[in-house]
Amino acid sequence: MSRQSAIEIAGVSKQFGDFTALDHVDFKIQQNEFFTLLGPSGCGKTTLLRMIAGFETPTQGDILLNGKTISDSPAHRRKINTVFQNYALFPHMTLAQNVAFGLENLGWAKGDIKSRVDEMLEMVHMAQFARRKPDQLSGGQKQRIALARALAPKPEVLLLDEPLSALDLKLRQSMRDELRRLQRETGITFVFVTHDQEEALDMSDRIAVMGNGRVQQIGAPDEIYEAPENRFVADFIGETNFLDGEVTALDGDTATIHTALGIDVTTTQSGVTAPGPAVLSIRPEKIGLEAQAEGETREGTVVSRNYMGGFTHYTVEAGGVSLRVSRRNAQARADRIEVGDTVTLGFQPANARILGQ
Amino acid sequence: MSKAFRFWGLFPAWALMVLTLIIPVFIVAAVSVSERGAYGGFDWGFDLTAYRQILFTLGWTDELEFDPKYLIIIGRTLAYATGVTLISLILSLPLAYWISLQSARMKLILVYLVTLPFWVSMIVRVYSWLIILGNDGLAERIYVFFGGADGQGFLFTWGAMLVGMVYSHIPLMILPVYAAVEKLDPALIEASHDLYGSRWTALRRVIIPLSAPGLIGGSILVFVPSLGAVLEPMLLGGGRQLMMGTLIQNQFGGSRDWPFGAAIAMVLLTIVVLVLIVNARRAARQMEASA
Repeated sequence: MSRQSAIEIAGVSKQFGDFTALDHVDFKIQQNEFFTLLGPSGCGKTTLLRMIAGFETPTQGDILLNGKTISDSPAHRRKINTVFQNYALFPHMTLAQNVAFGLENLGWAKGDIKSRVDEMLEMVHMAQFARRKPDQLSGGQKQRIALARALAPKPEVLLLDEPLSALDLKLRQSMRDELRRLQRETGITFVFVTHDQEEALDMSDRIAVMGNGRVQQIGAPDEIYEAPENRFVADFIGETNFLDGEVTALDGDTATIHTALGIDVTTTQSGVTAPGPAVLSIRPEKIGLEAQAEGETREGTVVSRNYMGGFTHYTVEAGGVSLRVSRRNAQARADRIEVGDTVTLGFQPANARILGQ
Repeated sequence: MSKAFRFWGLFPAWALMVLTLIIPVFIVAAVSVSERGAYGGFDWGFDLTAYRQILFTLGWTDELEFDPKYLIIIGRTLAYATGVTLISLILSLPLAYWISLQSARMKLILVYLVTLPFWVSMIVRVYSWLIILGNDGLAERIYVFFGGADGQGFLFTWGAMLVGMVYSHIPLMILPVYAAVEKLDPALIEASHDLYGSRWTALRRVIIPLSAPGLIGGSILVFVPSLGAVLEPMLLGGGRQLMMGTLIQNQFGGSRDWPFGAAIAMVLLTIVVLVLIVNARRAARQMEASA
């Protein structure tokens, strides 16, 4: 592929005393990509972002911007800007002064700065607030100014450190759309850090799922969700049922597993290198009840029921195994399934996935 | 809370202020307009001779002649106090910033160390500088070690006086500056680097403006007592150059001219009050601007 990657993380490790924050991380972020680093807190995603920005130095490895190493250049010489978690707007400057700050440091001409600041404030719909100070803004408005300030110097890459976590739920949804729009309009590579999987699935072109200082999987949102490569990813993204079992036959990417449920399932696998103990991952919404029970079926008893409006979540016990099942309430007056009922449940083997221990 | 309670509740504070601050100021003001007593001290009355004396001397034929000698002392005192304040400011900011970057435990220890000199008598501390700066003292040995000429020490120079005054007053600068710098959000400094600002830019455009209240507060705390410093000019400066503090002290001591000493003290008080008024106005303007 001739296309130059925007950011390349090459064998990066980071050690804080005895603690390994990052352990030989390797991946590339493409130009114009909305790339997300997703993982639980302490997984090393923020450390990685801070290293790209230049606030931390790798203990080992190299970081490249457009094919050139930036490990030796300080933060203020990297054509990379950051939207900070709590925005970090300069409280003593007006919004226009905040947006102009980077341009002034780059030595732009006065006239150019003024027109760029106007353009940026226009872009985030904040032009009428130019002379206000940050403490007169709501959370969403601060967020827009932080974006305008970081995008104004036309960086090669924009880093976003959990920028939506401080906003309330409704605002978060509209800011997601806004961020996507800004990314498309500016064509700048976005590297977004979050622990919120829904945000990541909604916004990203590609996601790197991080855990325990390593990249667990990189892929498009649907790949991450539908074809997790290991237990960590299957568990962290969405909900799933893990059925313990024994792989009896293995043929490249497919395998056959004898599950604790007492049924044999042949489907795609990841991480199984030899027959032996493994798990079958099956998501709650891919298990059908009663009329929707397809494929191999079993009888079970409903032990709990949570009505959520659009969906109802059930816990069903079958063959000594407890399964979470999610059922779409497609009909206003559906046949109700109550706690204690005996139901038939089943799933298509293609919707399940075998994962190594 | 009833009015009576509020009044009587605050009574001890009022009483203390009136007894130890307001009444003494009025006494000094009254002395400054009294007549010089024949055998030292003063006689009550109303006489502006003491104030006239600041600007004029009596010539051979009893005519008033303008004499700037006291104005020079006032100007010199202002210059030294300004110098002491600036030096303290420049030294305190990096130190306070460095302390703010330490662990919580270390911060506590370092702040305690900053206040440690206050536990020792001021006179003892100034005398210790006599030893350090004196003949064959530590300062001279270091100076000779680096190839300087041997023999005279550094005492009784304006430099020695400045060192002593900065030493005495710098804790009063470090503490408020530290309090301001410690509150700075480190993300703001990172943001300024992120937006292509060098360390100097971060200092000039983010750290200094945001810690301005502490810098100004510390400056006042250092400037005001520096104006009235007596010990350092006397012991380290050798009294060669008169300062307002030593001048006042001389009037009440050796010269026995209480009205004139009191008049100089009133001039000093006026300068201090002016500084405080200017600062109060600036603070009020800032409050308005941010409201």
